[in-house]
Amino acid sequence: MSAARTPRRLTLLGTLGKLGKLGMACAFVGAFTGMNAHAQDFAITNATVATGDGSEPIRNATVVVRGGKVVAAGAGVTVPADVPTSDGTGTWVTPGIVASMTDLGLWDVGAVQQSNDTSARNSPFSAALDVAPAINPSSQHILISRAGGVTRATVSASPSGSIFAGQGAIIDLGNDADAVTRSRAFQVVALGEAGGRLAGGSRMAAHALFRNALREARDYGKRARISGSPAQSAPRQSGDDIPVDPRMLDNNAERGTDTLLTRFDAAALVPVVNGTQPLYVQVERAADIRAVLALKTEFPRLDLVLVGVTEGWLVADDIAASDVPVIADALDDLPANFEELAATQSNIGRMVRAGVKVALNAASMRQPRYLPQYAGNLVALQNVPRASGLSWGQAMAAITSIPAEIAGMAGKFGSLTPGAAGDVVVWDGDPLETSSAPVKVFIDGVEQPVDNHQTRLRDRYRDLDESDLPKAYDW
Amino acid sequence: MPYRACLIMGGAVALAACSTTGASTGNGRPASGAAKTDAEAPYASTYKAYPGAPTALVGATVFDGEGGHTENGTVLFADGKVVAVGGADLAIPAGYTRVDGTGKFVTPGIIDIHSHLGDYPTPSVDAHSDGNEATSPTTPEVWAEHSVWPQDPGFTRALANGGITALQILPGSANLMGGRSVTLKNVPSRTVQGMKFPGAPYGMKMACGENPKRVYGGKGRAPSTRMGNFAVNRQTWLDAKEYAAGDRKKRDLGKETLAGVLAGDILIHNHCYRADEMALVLDMAKEFGYKVSAFHHAVESYKIGDLLKASGTCSAIWADWYGFKMEAYDGIPENAALLQREGACVVIHSDDENDIQRLNQEAAKAQADGRRMGIDISDATVISWLTLNPAKAMGIDAMTGSLTQGKMADVVLWNGNPLSVYARPEKVWVDGALLFDATDAKRRPVSDFELGQPGEGDVK
Repeated sequence: MSAARTPRRLTLLGTLGKLGKLGMACAFVGAFTGMNAHAQDFAITNATVATGDGSEPIRNATVVVRGGKVVAAGAGVTVPADVPTSDGTGTWVTPGIVASMTDLGLWDVGAVQQSNDTSARNSPFSAALDVAPAINPSSQHILISRAGGVTRATVSASPSGSIFAGQGAIIDLGNDADAVTRSRAFQVVALGEAGGRLAGGSRMAAHALFRNALREARDYGKRARISGSPAQSAPRQSGDDIPVDPRMLDNNAERGTDTLLTRFDAAALVPVVNGTQPLYVQVERAADIRAVLALKTEFPRLDLVLVGVTEGWLVADDIAASDVPVIADALDDLPANFEELAATQSNIGRMVRAGVKVALNAASMRQPRYLPQYAGNLVALQNVPRASGLSWGQAMAAITSIPAEIAGMAGKFGSLTPGAAGDVVVWDGDPLETSSAPVKVFIDGVEQPVDNHQTRLRDRYRDLDESDLPKAYDW
Repeated sequence: MPYRACLIMGGAVALAACSTTGASTGNGRPASGAAKTDAEAPYASTYKAYPGAPTALVGATVFDGEGGHTENGTVLFADGKVVAVGGADLAIPAGYTRVDGTGKFVTPGIIDIHSHLGDYPTPSVDAHSDGNEATSPTTPEVWAEHSVWPQDPGFTRALANGGITALQILPGSANLMGGRSVTLKNVPSRTVQGMKFPGAPYGMKMACGENPKRVYGGKGRAPSTRMGNFAVNRQTWLDAKEYAAGDRKKRDLGKETLAGVLAGDILIHNHCYRADEMALVLDMAKEFGYKVSAFHHAVESYKIGDLLKASGTCSAIWADWYGFKMEAYDGIPENAALLQREGACVVIHSDDENDIQRLNQEAAKAQADGRRMGIDISDATVISWLTLNPAKAMGIDAMTGSLTQGKMADVVLWNGNPLSVYARPEKVWVDGALLFDATDAKRRPVSDFELGQPGEGDVK
């Protein structure tokens, strides 16, 4: 314990360098003292620090975390005398990556249907589905994403039996049993091509189904006297405003026969129509985006977020004027279907230039740990004539503070703002560069293990020597 | 133009250039002995290189594709061929256009050994789903080139963003034997014949594991198990050997392909994930006397690098895909590095119309994952994973895949180190013709499909 009170100076990269030669990737855990399940106080000095707020990285800067929260980040920061300090020379320090629209914790093997909870085509329910009880914090994909620097995510299922996918959650990727930070954080609906097919075969069907669902929900909410204002439930990790689950209320809301939604689904949509739960709308084509923005005139309280938005650049000014944020597919540039004919990698750059708030959609890439690479590609566009890219700081914000803000967590995570969660990633180089990777990951100030099935296989097959015993004994 | 170039050029360069194209017969077919007639080699390539100016790239860092690299290098090409590669002191003949590459990088054209552009083109509508003839577990009689839609916009993105100058289009993996592949020059054309890589051998796609047994087991027919996969394969090879040894009077399209494999004229590209299955396939190849040129998607190659080195079989792999199916569960990002250290052949492939635009970044990720476990692989070697190694596994390495005197002038000028996320192709030449130039808005291909549509001619 005394060691924890004594400032220590360790070189993060120096430690790593030696370990690389020794080939013991796990041994650097413990470079900070007092590792345990509790948040530790720490400071990292002489690092290149990116705060995630859109600003450019700061050289020779310091980050201080105490009690699981960021205390300070930047140049000229003084480290309190009792905070253990590491020399971060050569490293980059950022907030943890925030991945929007993932399916983390919902599947083990994609094609192994029994292990895959990302869709539920045969369920009698749609909007009522809630991912929270299905999320497995021990999923390898959570472990692997965490090792890639992803510390927070939104999780949702895919629309499959209906245009409504159900209710998504906000999670942390910490090494503990309590992954869900906020359940029922948002509802997801598919409009456009996919929504049209799910609704019965056309975009008209999707829009009719959608309007009817909101009408039924509004009616149900009135009859059931479900409050439009958030009620309190048992406090969770950071859940200070989690509303009651309207599905579980029974206020004797009589229902006529002219209903398409189950009672459970209608109840689940009450917070959507009341505007207390954001509605994430999957939409790609410019015309479909306009149609979605127009919904606000019919349902003024809708709290919309657009997802996908491949043709957003064609209607960027409309989106900006609506103040609706966007979780955009990052690098789509092919006419994958007839609603994405205008796809270009410059889409995000053009939307941002028009004043749209844009986060990168993790669902548009194969793995959430690709987010920094995709953000880096948007920076690369700055050097391509006529293309629109992002500055480095903007790109980093699009995978940290902006997705946090869209999730309603501005200032709580996704940036190194004082008071934000101590989600800190130390990288061995520019985090957006393909050659870089995390060397340390902290969530709420707790250093996280970064081993997983992949690292165990790597260590076993470091050589192919079986002269003494089969590989099965090498563990 | 490559063939015309042989006639025009004089001296040793011309001899080298012509011999490396396999003593082509002028109709673009490989010349194994006598020239083949249209009946013997139908659907022949009609590709001719487009005109290009004699060009001198100067001042750039040059990765030659064979593992070499030169700072402040000079690359000369003319008449569609690489004329010389050297340092700053290399004399530039009169009449060459100088392109300043200071601060930039030059590589051979990037080659994707595993693509479905054209046979699964965008827009990805059902009407375009032409990659799997999933009506029989063995369809060696189908040829991918008969499915390729040359107007697939994906070809243009692969050129402009990925620097792709040649690629192999494979049938899908529903079948144990999916049919013949076709190797293309990434040059826009009205016809697939106008894209066919002159002199490239055919490949044949095979698939192990989950896909064939799922597709056919689901239809209540063989194979429904992995042992069924092998039984169907072995019987098919036995029948093919009998056909090959016979008089071949009655033509059999499927067996002609298989006989071509047994004769070594057609290269096997085998989709296979698991190490134990790859080891069994290598034994099946021995049993019937053919060679596996490359295992594709080989996520578990790192477990049998020694066997793959011994058999001279390349692993065509992603950097870090894993987990999407049971046989991909053990994929690890260090696969490429572990294979390289073992001395086995590494090829980075895409199998994807988006990732084909970033093969350079995939290679860079694989390199970095190796370095973090103590395996240092030079940038120049990593570039060979995308150039000479796929060319070898596709049987076109005598013609392209490296910046070597006499080879096709398939060249990419990158605006930064291609192993950096921040780099993009600035100019791409195919056979010495400038087909993409980021600094010239009009020097980018636009597919017929995109004309008059939103975003026509946009930066993509």
